[in-house]
Amino acid sequence: MMIRSASVMSNILLVAWNGVRYLSRPMETIDFNRHPSSYLHWKLAVDGPIARLVMDVQEEKPWRPGYPLKLNSYDLGVDMELADSIQRLRFEQPQVRCLVVTSTRDKIFCAGANIYMLQSSAHPFKVNFCKYTNETRLGLEEFARESGVRTLAALNGTASGGGYELAIACDEIHLIDDGSSAVSFPETPLLAVLPGTGGLTRLVDKRKIRRDIADVFCTVAEGFRGSKALKTGLVDAVHSRSRFESKVQERAAQIAAQAPVTRPGPGITLDPIHAKVDGDTLRWEHVTLQIDAKSRVATLTVRAPTGAEPIDGAALQARGCKAWAIQCFRELDDALLQLRFGFDQVGVVLLKTEGDAAKVAAVDTMLDQHAADWLVKETRLLIGRALRRLDLTGRSLFALIEPGSCFAGTLFELALAADRSYMLNDPARPVYLQLTAMNGGALRMSHCMTRLECRFLGAPEKAKQAAASREPIDAEQAEELGLVTFAPDEIDWDDEVRVAIEERAAMSPDALTGMEASLRFAGPESMETKIFGRLSAWQNWIFTRPNSTGDEGALSLYGRPERPVFDWRRT
Amino acid sequence: MSDVDRFASIPNNVDLHSDKRLQRALESWQPGYLEWWREMGPAMAQDKDAYLRTAISVDTDGWAHFDYVKMPEYRWGIFLADPTPDRKIHFGDHVGKPVFNEVPGEYRNILRRMIVTQADTEPASVEQQRKLAFTAPSLLDMRNLFQVNVEEGRHLWAMVYLLHAHFGKDGREEADELLRRRSGDPDKPRILGAFNQPCNDWVSFFAFTMFTDRDGKYQLASLAESGFDPLARTCRFMLTEEAHHLSVGETGIMRIVRRTGELMKQHPGVDVRTLGAVDLPTLQRVINFWYSYSLDLFGGEISSNAADFFASSLKGRYQEERRAEHTALDQMKIVPVVDGGRLTNKEVPLRNALNEVLRDDYVEDCERALRRWNHELEKIGVEARLTLPSRRFHRHQGEYSRHAFDSQGELITAEQFEANRAKWLPSEADMEFLRSIMVPVHQVGKIANWLSAPVRGVNGQAFDFEFVRLG
Ligand SMILES: [Fe+2]
Ligand SMILES: [Fe+2]
Repeated sequence: MMIRSASVMSNILLVAWNGVRYLSRPMETIDFNRHPSSYLHWKLAVDGPIARLVMDVQEEKPWRPGYPLKLNSYDLGVDMELADSIQRLRFEQPQVRCLVVTSTRDKIFCAGANIYMLQSSAHPFKVNFCKYTNETRLGLEEFARESGVRTLAALNGTASGGGYELAIACDEIHLIDDGSSAVSFPETPLLAVLPGTGGLTRLVDKRKIRRDIADVFCTVAEGFRGSKALKTGLVDAVHSRSRFESKVQERAAQIAAQAPVTRPGPGITLDPIHAKVDGDTLRWEHVTLQIDAKSRVATLTVRAPTGAEPIDGAALQARGCKAWAIQCFRELDDALLQLRFGFDQVGVVLLKTEGDAAKVAAVDTMLDQHAADWLVKETRLLIGRALRRLDLTGRSLFALIEPGSCFAGTLFELALAADRSYMLNDPARPVYLQLTAMNGGALRMSHCMTRLECRFLGAPEKAKQAAASREPIDAEQAEELGLVTFAPDEIDWDDEVRVAIEERAAMSPDALTGMEASLRFAGPESMETKIFGRLSAWQNWIFTRPNSTGDEGALSLYGRPERPVFDWRRT
Repeated sequence: MSDVDRFASIPNNVDLHSDKRLQRALESWQPGYLEWWREMGPAMAQDKDAYLRTAISVDTDGWAHFDYVKMPEYRWGIFLADPTPDRKIHFGDHVGKPVFNEVPGEYRNILRRMIVTQADTEPASVEQQRKLAFTAPSLLDMRNLFQVNVEEGRHLWAMVYLLHAHFGKDGREEADELLRRRSGDPDKPRILGAFNQPCNDWVSFFAFTMFTDRDGKYQLASLAESGFDPLARTCRFMLTEEAHHLSVGETGIMRIVRRTGELMKQHPGVDVRTLGAVDLPTLQRVINFWYSYSLDLFGGEISSNAADFFASSLKGRYQEERRAEHTALDQMKIVPVVDGGRLTNKEVPLRNALNEVLRDDYVEDCERALRRWNHELEKIGVEARLTLPSRRFHRHQGEYSRHAFDSQGELITAEQFEANRAKWLPSEADMEFLRSIMVPVHQVGKIANWLSAPVRGVNGQAFDFEFVRLG
């Protein structure tokens, strides 16, 4: 008995000690900065209006050790470079009008996400990895749609799983017809999971493949080759091996010649974004992320510009990536990624702003009035992507609107993105919200609605009224107009807010993630919301089921000598 | 024993006339096959009588019938080894269960892939060897070439039968594709690398039949173990024919070795090239080339496909029945891999290393042939010896394909490899030399200068028999 209780004691001590260790571990950041000059896995070559992005994954350079990146398979590190290249093409290479995505490997375009990486990853990482890769591909589609750069996937070899998902995110797909190269989604038959990067949705929603044909395609591990892939609409063109390169080049040149010049340039250079670690806080120039590991609450603060900001496209061009509108939202984007990948224990994120609302409104005026300028447009798109990344972050978001804050225009979108908002109602220290033209339609959510329209789905006139308002709005009005959730007075504020946070942080993180995701996107679905919805619901569910990730599951056993054993009950 | 229908339009022992649908399907494939044969089969002597054996049944004594035949009139037939009554699956996850006589749905795709991959090699080698008859070193060698060619054609038939009989529309489409791909065609290449390499001289032909057909033997032998009984029976019968191809290769190289060795002995210090024969370093390079490409055919050293094929009881090990244990579970195999720029030993679950296990058997067999050739050199009294390069050398598939190795298997840089390429692999100059000595010898009983005559002919006929009536 004695021995037994002693061992129980020591276990408890061990747990406690590990906990303390976790809390006191120095904070680390993940470097999402990449640059074409030091890409490991891609080559970006720009020749006039045509850019070629060539995949050549270095097998022995995975993002973290433990799995070789065979057959041009990818992991987070590979995708960071892809995301970086698209971002740089947007800002640095405006003359580009056609992007060709291809590979240098004989007979292989890309084998998709690395299975051994997925096998050896914890569930939260898997989910965040999939989210990130989805955001990258949606970014690629936005690049084509909004920036007018037509994208062409040149499949010089087999594109399986995530490889075909990358292709299907491009505008057109050209496949080599060599008798062996195929496009395929082998996830279901081979791994008992789903193509996790929007593949299924894009098959039927984007490429409009007939559902029964898609059903066949998704259950044949080896996929479809050449003429069959063409006939079923999975690819747009097939070319013989000897003519493949010239046909692709011909088509790219044709696209580039036909596309109107919408981005006259010149481009600006994107410098790396770095946070300084300061105790429990990550500090960027305009953004801080403070982590309270013990209470599992983070505070994300975005600050208004302090000096003069560009007032038109030319000035923005001159200021380049240091302009607040660009820098601040690149920092916000980085902060969200740090939060997602580095701090999975954090359940509640408090969204705050600091600074002069008038300065934010002035930037918004520039963004609105010069929207036709290509760089202004790219900047608006960048802000839109960062805010959508916030919408899609699986943490409870509470906006705290306090004295000294600047929830104006673009920054008010943070409060609109929050699951709920608290605005201090203290006549002695009045706080104001302010809307600008940027709240009216420039910054849409994944389902193409503005955050105001989504908020007032049942009362569109309220959304219109709010969008038209330009006067500062105090707490009482804001509550009245439905622009904030609560407006406690100075006596109740501290307790109300504290209790709300503690209560929230105590609920099941899984249920909260699902609940929040369900409530955030009222209104019609878009392909984008379908993709994320199905990723969250189906793929993540399947990922945690024994049939894929149990000891005898297909994903667990992939590459191992044993065959999977399924639980045959349908759910 | 199954009934043989020798006089049907497609000779067979699978009771084809009672399955009208299948018979019609195969009959409609037949014209395409004949067209392919005329276009891609031997480029000369198609209209001449060649002394060939034809499979006419599957019993051990009577299966091969020798007679003169014009190749386009060869009776390509479908022959499966007789079924073993109550045969049970003897390896993999289905061990102990009755064999599959129909394709299990869940294995349909991988089984089709396996069969197509094997099938594709059969016409491919015919295409590769298409022009060799022009430079045949003797009529017997020409006849052997034709024998190999018509039998590869029959092997194609055997595989196409399986595709038609068991894989529905997909199978028929694959069967058509087999006639559309072409060895070495940049646009429609054959599936496997070795089968797209040119084989335009007889030294390469002997190396091909020695090393590349020998891969075929080991693949067929593992498929002959299959739990899918029609495949097992098909492959078992193909192996009997394949044995001849391997002996053409092994004895062919032996005859080069003998001729070269004798010339070296008679003319010490003289470069045998000046005597119009194949010098041993060149022969070594040709061996290096075909051996390394043939090693690729076994697939990746660490392979989930290999594990799947075994687990699903579709592809066994070589001589699975002689082994003590048939699950291949809970066992490991050491495989050298490159990790962090160095060769290190990695423990791999046995099932995932089964390609390497089969390669082991193959390498052992090749080493045996090497010993025989070297023994011949020893007998002649020549010091030089032939060797096999390391199995890591010059690979295009698997663990070693992304790195460079010397012929001893040591990791080197790509630049070092290129610097030594001409030492290890046939150069353009080597090939030109070989072509220069490939003088046709089409007279009865005569042999080319670079080759020694075989010890015996075929089917009891002497070397000076008129194996092909070119007249
Ligand atoms: Fe064969
Ligand atoms: Fe053969």
